[in-house]
Amino acid sequence: MKKISKLLIEFLAIIVCICYLFPIYIVLTNSFKNRQELYENMLALPQKLSFEFFRTAMEKMNFMKAFGNSLLVTVISIAIITVLASMTAWMLVRTDNKLSRVLFMVFVATLIIPFQTIMMPLMQVMGWVRDTLHIPILNTLGGLIYMNVGFGASMAVFLYHGFIKSIPISLEEAATIDGCNRFKVFWKIVFPMLKPTTVTVMILDVIWIWNDYLLPSLVLSSKALRTIPLSTASFFGQFTIEWNLAMAGLMLTIIPVILFYLAAQKYIVKGVAAGAVKQ
Amino acid sequence: MKKRRDIAWYALFVLPLVFVFTTVVIVPFIIGIGYSFVSWDGMSLNEKTFVGFDNYTRLFQDLRFLTSAGHTVLFTIFAVLLINILGLAFAFIVTGKLRVRNVARTMLFMPYLIGGLILGYIWKFIFTDVFKAIGEMTGCTSVFFSWLLDPKHALFAMIIVTTWQMAGYIMIIYINGIQAMPEDVLEAAKVDGAGFWPTLLRIKFPLIMPSFTICLFLTLSNCFKIFDVNLSLTGGGPNNATEMMAMNIYNEIFSLSNFGYGQAKAIIFFIAVAFLTLIQVSITKRKEVEM
Repeated sequence: MKKISKLLIEFLAIIVCICYLFPIYIVLTNSFKNRQELYENMLALPQKLSFEFFRTAMEKMNFMKAFGNSLLVTVISIAIITVLASMTAWMLVRTDNKLSRVLFMVFVATLIIPFQTIMMPLMQVMGWVRDTLHIPILNTLGGLIYMNVGFGASMAVFLYHGFIKSIPISLEEAATIDGCNRFKVFWKIVFPMLKPTTVTVMILDVIWIWNDYLLPSLVLSSKALRTIPLSTASFFGQFTIEWNLAMAGLMLTIIPVILFYLAAQKYIVKGVAAGAVKQ
Repeated sequence: MKKRRDIAWYALFVLPLVFVFTTVVIVPFIIGIGYSFVSWDGMSLNEKTFVGFDNYTRLFQDLRFLTSAGHTVLFTIFAVLLINILGLAFAFIVTGKLRVRNVARTMLFMPYLIGGLILGYIWKFIFTDVFKAIGEMTGCTSVFFSWLLDPKHALFAMIIVTTWQMAGYIMIIYINGIQAMPEDVLEAAKVDGAGFWPTLLRIKFPLIMPSFTICLFLTLSNCFKIFDVNLSLTGGGPNNATEMMAMNIYNEIFSLSNFGYGQAKAIIFFIAVAFLTLIQVSITKRKEVEM
């Protein structure tokens, strides 16, 4: 009797979880249906698996291009953030003076500034950079990466700072006595030890940059430069009524996220938890 | 000689990031304060006229802005409560003895990874067409109709979507707190014959207080600053009934071209966010128990 009720609870838990993911079921099933079939019954499974709408949505969203742009921006931004933030945080911890403490305080304090407070003046500053210094920072992926690095800096420095404080200095001192310069000490000894924090920073920044909409929408105006959220938004601006096509488009944007999640689940869950706890 | 070298190394390591950070965050923030005191339409050829605190006084008579602030507060209260209750419940369930706990954890966390913009679009379809279809099928048209056309229900829809997105995320943090609870204290409670509710309320909750601090902080600031879901799910409609503060600021600046006035709103928004989170952290920090 007890065994049956136990099984029942297990079963119930799975049902609840499946219901929780019901929206994804809706997107998946309806992305295979044509317009008429979709309006006949939105909850039913599709009658046949045709990838026709995926192909159309892919073309209309210019999906491969957008995917490439998103990938490029995310990977390069994160590479720069981890390298620069770990170097900065290490110096700030190991050089304990007033300047270091003030810099760290400023990094942390800016964490609470909402993006909406900075967005307009940021665009003015970048417009000035473009017009006066003739640096193509607006409407380029490079410019977006530059701004991502600026916005990601605080959080990354904060996380690295906390971790570096907990590792003993003796190894670094030994390396210095052996004749390593600071650069070598950092890259050969310190950076490898920071791996857990690097993973945390990477995970948090992937989630943020991959899904970011507002900043790219302000920086990028060319169609060819659109990232996935931008191309999704413009796609919806045009085809709100063609829901079956829209569902195929949404499914396309979700698939890479789910694949990434299943591949790196262990790191993602750990990274997200570690990133939150240290705030 | 050595000193100068140290300074050079320091600069080499710290300056690149500090430079980028200053140009992207610090300079715009300071300039932004300046912009909030002028009247300007965003055209570089047009003049910026200094208006003093006019933008700030005008803001407190702006009905659309005040309503959006009201919506934001209402939305934040309900969403924060719902996210934390659900997240905590999920956390207790998946740390229990269930054999399916790992699968459950994986599934519940998934929505968080899909961006707010895309979630909004998915749910837009559900709240309009799927709800209508269910209503026609079951006859419960009083519950299942196009929620996004009704102001009150549209706000609920925002709350539901945000909860769906964040609950799994908050669950992960509560799981960490629950797993860090010392076994011996729970054993002691069991030996003393404490029931389910007393154990939960008197022992488990105080022990996971640090997780409460983090989760409340995260949900509070995230909900207060919500933008993406707002944009894709309701677009602020119907009739601005779901326009949140972040979106109101965006519209004021980029749709209505009131750059100075919009920036004044943005500064007030910043002060509100800072104030809220600082108060919340200081209150919950006080309630944490030292182990």
